[in-house]
Amino acid sequence: MKRNGAQILLESLAAEGANLIFGYPGGVVLPLYHRFREYPQIKHVLVRHEQGAAHAADGYARASGRTGVCLATSGPGATNLVTGICTAYMDSIPMVIITGNVARDLIGRDGFQEADITGITLPITKHNYLVMRASEIAPAVKEAFHIASTGRKGPVLVDIPKDVFIEEADFEGYPDQVHLRGYDPVTIPSDLEVERAAAILNEAQRPIILSGHGTLQSGATDELVALAERAQIPVITTLLGISGFPEDHALSYGFMGMHGHYFCNMAADHADVVVGVGMRFDDRAMGRFKDFNPQAQIIHLDIDPAEIGKNFHTHAPVLGDVRQSLRALLPHIASTTRPDWIRWIDDVKAQHPTDYDAEGAEVTGPWLCRAIAQQTQRKATIVTGVGQHQMWAAQYYNYTRPRQYISSGGLGTMGFEVPAALGAQFAQDEPVWSICGDGGFQMTCQELQTVAEHKLPIRYVIFNNGYLGMVRQWQELFYEDNYHSVALGQPDFVKLAEAYGVTALRATTRTEAAAALREADAHDGPIVLDIRCVEQENVWPMVPAGAALSETVESAEAL
Amino acid sequence: MIATNSQHAHPPQRVVVAHVEDRPGVLARVASLFRRRGFNIESLTVGHSDEPGLSRMTIVVDGQSAQVQQVERQLFKLVDVVSAIDISERPLVARELALIKVSCTPQGRRDIIALADVFRATVVDVADASVIVQVLGDEDKVDALLRLLRPYGLLELVRTGRVAMVRGSGTSKPVPVSEIARRAEEERAQFGRRPDGALPFASD
Repeated sequence: MKRNGAQILLESLAAEGANLIFGYPGGVVLPLYHRFREYPQIKHVLVRHEQGAAHAADGYARASGRTGVCLATSGPGATNLVTGICTAYMDSIPMVIITGNVARDLIGRDGFQEADITGITLPITKHNYLVMRASEIAPAVKEAFHIASTGRKGPVLVDIPKDVFIEEADFEGYPDQVHLRGYDPVTIPSDLEVERAAAILNEAQRPIILSGHGTLQSGATDELVALAERAQIPVITTLLGISGFPEDHALSYGFMGMHGHYFCNMAADHADVVVGVGMRFDDRAMGRFKDFNPQAQIIHLDIDPAEIGKNFHTHAPVLGDVRQSLRALLPHIASTTRPDWIRWIDDVKAQHPTDYDAEGAEVTGPWLCRAIAQQTQRKATIVTGVGQHQMWAAQYYNYTRPRQYISSGGLGTMGFEVPAALGAQFAQDEPVWSICGDGGFQMTCQELQTVAEHKLPIRYVIFNNGYLGMVRQWQELFYEDNYHSVALGQPDFVKLAEAYGVTALRATTRTEAAAALREADAHDGPIVLDIRCVEQENVWPMVPAGAALSETVESAEAL
Repeated sequence: MIATNSQHAHPPQRVVVAHVEDRPGVLARVASLFRRRGFNIESLTVGHSDEPGLSRMTIVVDGQSAQVQQVERQLFKLVDVVSAIDISERPLVARELALIKVSCTPQGRRDIIALADVFRATVVDVADASVIVQVLGDEDKVDALLRLLRPYGLLELVRTGRVAMVRGSGTSKPVPVSEIARRAEEERAQFGRRPDGALPFASD
C-alpha cells in the first residue's frame, strides 16, 4: 500500500494511540498538516508558541502517565521547543517530539529556517532521529515511543525533512516490534540484589524511605504503601515524588530538601538506613553531599544503572523497575514496629511544624495554598510554576492521589504552569488548578488563547507579589538586600485575561481571596485569579545553598 | 604531544571499550556525552568490529575509577551504544601507531635508520631532505622514539591513539547488566560510601 511520509507518520501515531498532539504549523510541516483531516481520530491542539506545545505535552504526560506528543516546524519552531524538551528530559517525562526540517538536499546548506535540531537536542533527549526516507518513518516512530516510555522515561525527538513527508513508500502496517540491541532496560531486579537490600533493611533500627518520581512513573504507590506498613518505615518524598505516597497516611511525612519540611530533613539525617526509591539523590533534595548523614547505609532502587553510585556509593543497589523491585522485596521484609523512631520524628515535627504563616489580613503564600487546599478538598490536580509558590504548594496542600502535584523539578522552568496545566487538563475532566507566579505567568500567558478556545476549566491562581519572589529572597538573604531587576512591573492581569476572553478576578485581602477561590471553584470554564500577596515574604524552612540537611534553618535570624 | 619518559608522568588513565551502532551521528552522541559530563578524552579511535553493523571505540580517558564508572554507565545509556566496558584493570595488549617525519640529510639517514631499528620501527618514506619513520607499540615506546628523533628536526607527527584488547580468551564484549551491581559493591568496599575526587557541591 503506497502512502506518503505524512500519511505514514499519522498512521503510526494513530496506531500508537497518540490521539492528542500539541502543535504549531509552519512551512516544512505543511505536507503533514495537509493530511490531518484524513485522520480525525488524532486531535491537533493549536498552541500559541512552540514552547507551550512542549510543556503541554509534558503536562499531559505527567497527569495521565501516557506519552505526550508535540509537533513543530523547522528552525525557530524546533528551537522554541528546546526549553520544553529539556524540562521533560530533566524530569524523565515520556514524550515524543516531531519536528519538520528543510528538504533533504538543503540540509547542511543553511537553508531558510534550517536548524540542526537533532544536534541541538543531543544532550537533552533520551534519543533522537533524523529520518531520511519515508520508509523509515514508521520504525522510527515505533522506536521513539518505545524508548520514551520504557526504562527511565524521557523525551525522544523525530526530525523529518519536508520532502520525506511527501515521498511515497510502501506501508504494510505499523511495526509491532523494535530491534534495538543497544537498548534493553532491566525491569526485574536480581534475587541477589533484592536479598542483600532486604538483609540491610531487616537489620535497620531507624530506616527511612525517600520516594522519588520513579514511584509515580512506575505506578508503585500501592507497593510502597505495603512496604512502609509492613516494616513501619516513615516515608519522605522528593519534590517530584510528591503524591507518590498519600500524604494523609500515618507514615507520610511530606517532602525533604532545600525547602522541605524541617522534620523530614532531620529524619533523613538521623536514619541508619536510607532507602531511595526511584529517585536520584539530587543536590536540591540531599543538601551538601559530603555531609549527608554519614553513618547511614544506602539502599537504592532505581531503573537507571547510571544513577546508582552517581552521587553516593550505594550499599545495596536494586536495579529494576521500582514497582517490580518493591514487589520482589516485600516477601523478604519482616513485619515489625519501631515506635521509638517514629516518636522521635513526631517529636521533631511537633517542635518544628511547617507552619510559617504570618497572621493578618494580607494574603501570604502559605495561607493561600491552604485556602486552595480547603476549597478543593485536597482533591485537585495542582500544576505549579517555579519559585516560592511552587514550594508553598509543595508544603501546604497535602496530596493524596498519584500525579496530583505537577511541577518542573530538575530544570526549574518558570512559565511551565500555564501550558502544562493546559496539557494536564486534556488528561482529565476535573478542573486543574494552576498555581502561578506573577513572573512565570507572563512568560507563557499567550496560551490563555488556547485555553479559551478549548474552554478548558483551568483555575489559574496568580500568587502576585510583584517580585520574582525566590530571587528576591536570595538577594535579601545572601546578597545584602541588594535588590536588582527583581521587582516586576506588570500588566493588569484581569484585563489581560479578559482580552483573551477568560473570566478574571482580583483579590487583595484574605476575605476577598477566599471568595474568589469559591467563585473559581464554581466557575464553568477557565478563570484567572490575580491574588495580591504580601510583597516580601520568605519560604521557610531552608537549607542554604551549599549547606547540609542538618543545617536547615527556619528564619533569617538563624542564617 | 609532549614526549615523556615515564608512565607516571601521565594522569591516571582508563581505557573504555565501547561497541556502537555503525550509524551517522553516533560519534557526535559519544562526544556530546563526554563534553556534557566533563569527561576528558585522551584519545579515541573508531573502526569496524568483528560484528557487522557495529563499530568499536577505544576511548582513553583521564580520571579516577569512580568517574570512569560514570563514563561507562552514561555511555551505556546511549541507545546506539551496545556495550561500554572499562578494561583498565585487566591484562591488555595496547598499541599505538605513529608516523614521524624527520628532516634529514642523505648523510644523516643511516643514524635515523639505526635508531629506528632499535625500536623495531621502519622507515617508510625517504626523500631528499626527510624521512618518515613508522613505529608501532605502546605509548611509552612511541614517546621514547619521539624523544630521540626530535633533535634531528621533527617536521610532522601523527599518532593514532591507543587501541586495546584484553589478553587471553576474555573479550570486551557486552557483559550482563547484573555485573553493574556487583561492581557497585566492589567499589563501595574500595572507596567507602562516597565517590572520591572532586565532589559535586550543592549548587545555587
